[in-house]
Amino acid sequence: MTHNLAITIGVLATGLSCYAIKFIGLALPKQVLEHPYAIRLGALLPVSLLAALVAVQTFADGESLTLDARAAGVSVAAVALILRAPFLLVVVLATATAALIRAVS
Amino acid sequence: MSSAPSSAWAQQRSIVLRDGVGVGIAVGSFGLSFGALSVTSGLSLLQTCALSVLAFTGGSQFAFIGVIGAGGTPLTGLATAALLGSRNALYGLRLAPMLQLRGARRLLGAHLVIDESAAMALANEDPATDHHVQRGARFAFWVTGLAVFVCWNLATLVGGLLGNALSDPRVFGLDAAVPAAFLALVWPRLRTRGMWGLAALSAVVALMFVPLLPAGIPVLCAGLVAVIAALIPRKADTDPTMNAAAP
Repeated sequence: MTHNLAITIGVLATGLSCYAIKFIGLALPKQVLEHPYAIRLGALLPVSLLAALVAVQTFADGESLTLDARAAGVSVAAVALILRAPFLLVVVLATATAALIRAVS
Repeated sequence: MSSAPSSAWAQQRSIVLRDGVGVGIAVGSFGLSFGALSVTSGLSLLQTCALSVLAFTGGSQFAFIGVIGAGGTPLTGLATAALLGSRNALYGLRLAPMLQLRGARRLLGAHLVIDESAAMALANEDPATDHHVQRGARFAFWVTGLAVFVCWNLATLVGGLLGNALSDPRVFGLDAAVPAAFLALVWPRLRTRGMWGLAALSAVVALMFVPLLPAGIPVLCAGLVAVIAALIPRKADTDPTMNAAAP
């Protein structure tokens, strides 16, 4: 199987899974997902996964950890978020910072 | 049914319409960056657009392209995306009694269950009419869901076209845009010290596993932190629909 075909199958399977998850919530009897553990996990899981994604996408380079222009970009993004900048501005500032550092180094 | 006079209902409807379209346009800017980052992560324009149409839940889509871009397998991308999308099931649970969708409408409506439509429906819930069809909530759900769907997919296409025009994403610092986008997504949820602690611990666990496991798997390992943390009963942070703010 080619890498491109694998990605296509991954895209279709992800679409199907995400739809199934949404449909289950609407269709299942209330008590199944209303268990306190399920509700707590629903609140905590996104935080855990997103924080891990931030860390990995900032510091991982293949299977090693590095400190490069991405870290500076993400730091600027954090400052922008503290200053309540809108989403697109946060992303643009992070991108510009990383590009600037690469340009001068 | 709501007992509000028709003029009040007309007013509520125009406010909901304005807000829903506003949310859609705001989310569109986010779709723009998704489209651009997706094609620079190795997905084709068609795969990128298909993901936005079919998955239609921002966090999961970013997770999928993040894993692929880091060299992970599509299966790992799928697992991360599905876990991140699990909160939508909890939204559906909250929305079901308000919307009372059946048949084809439920099949269609299910696709529109996302952070924004859930938040807007809940904001228009009338506490006085318990367990009946809530027309305000229902209207807010459909308007917001459809507005976001249209804007999100158009923006994905435009972003993808822009992304394809760039040759090397690293030169433009686009590899820093992905973690920045994730940070902006998690930011509104970091309202308590407990959430900050969970985020920090998850980040450390993921980084610890980076040298040991293939790309994408360390993030799933960090998910175990939430699985364990959720075992601790806690009064705060229990309602996921209340911290809905990320697109």
